[in-house]
Amino acid sequence: MRKQKILVLYLHNPDLNSRVVAWSLYDGTSTQPDVPEKGNRYGAPTGSAATPPYDSAVDAMRDGWRVVQFPQQFPAYPGMGYSTSFLKYEYILEKLEDADGRERTPAD
Amino acid sequence: MVAKEHLLTSVQMADFVADGFLRFDELVPAPLNAAALADMESDTIESLKRGPDATLDKAWPRNDGIRAVFSLPEIQGMIHSLVGPNPHYDHHAVHIVAPERGIAQVWHADNILDQRLDFDIQFFYFPHDTPREMGGTMILPGSHYRRISESDIARYHNFLNQYPIVCKAGTVFVVHHGIWHCAQANLTRKTRYMFKLRLNPTVAQQLLWNTGDLDDPEISKALMRDHQWYGNEDRLEHVNRIRFWRFLTRDDSFDLGYYLSRLENQPATGTASTFASAN
Repeated sequence: MRKQKILVLYLHNPDLNSRVVAWSLYDGTSTQPDVPEKGNRYGAPTGSAATPPYDSAVDAMRDGWRVVQFPQQFPAYPGMGYSTSFLKYEYILEKLEDADGRERTPAD
Repeated sequence: MVAKEHLLTSVQMADFVADGFLRFDELVPAPLNAAALADMESDTIESLKRGPDATLDKAWPRNDGIRAVFSLPEIQGMIHSLVGPNPHYDHHAVHIVAPERGIAQVWHADNILDQRLDFDIQFFYFPHDTPREMGGTMILPGSHYRRISESDIARYHNFLNQYPIVCKAGTVFVVHHGIWHCAQANLTRKTRYMFKLRLNPTVAQQLLWNTGDLDDPEISKALMRDHQWYGNEDRLEHVNRIRFWRFLTRDDSFDLGYYLSRLENQPATGTASTFASAN
């Protein structure tokens, strides 16, 4: 059985080389119900780290993370051009691990 | 009547517009902290019955400690500056995080797509020391203009420049109703208390503060602050702040960097911008 880790990176702009401004990690390989990020002393999972795990999406790709979803880009609805809401440049990345904890690569 | 020296300044108001909160360290004296904490620990702080007559002056008739805290002239000055004198009492809540609770809240805002220019305020009052190991509340500066509903934002874990409230006893934060926040884990062996109070305005929230420094150049600097977590949307944040500042000051010509002046410049329809000189 393979298990999934999901890394969500929010970027400065749609360029995958642009800076990470927010991030989340969901770790399906752990048996713990609420998984703190590595080195987190302050509970899980919100507010657990002051600096992102990678500088950019491309930086994460170089470490073996596979991008599985790009954000679609839509023009603002009429009258909503200056309304802000969710972070727009959300990239979802994954890693897969075998049940024995061995990390798999796309070639596996 | 609130003395002028206890009202907020225009620069502080600009900080509130940009950040969505103001911080006042160790404002409440130790004896009042002890009295208020005793009220919280004994769970004896009664809520005021909701309704049109529920004004702040009627709150907590049997709780001398918490009533004295919110009667402090400095806190009355904040209230007057932001929501006007004797505002409507919305609700209060004693937030308790049990000892050794290792899980934080999800990010959320205490609103439902609430984008009024009129705004509510919430006080976060910390009656005892709150080191990082105890939490306290994490807030996200500049998040209060975002159109979201409550826990819509629970997918996010961390942001650049997220701001953990770590403070000494008696520290008070006052925040805009839209600020994103989440209680943090309490890894100590002591219970954590925080008193939250929401107030609604009953008067126009315009020029209620000490306006003697309205021309201070620090105002423009504050309004242009970049919290970084919104990336490329920084200019949209500036536009929202300009609009809020126009509302607060009743000055529809106010601008920063010509952001709104350009958009309003439509000579063909007779609405040419004045291109006000603000930076």
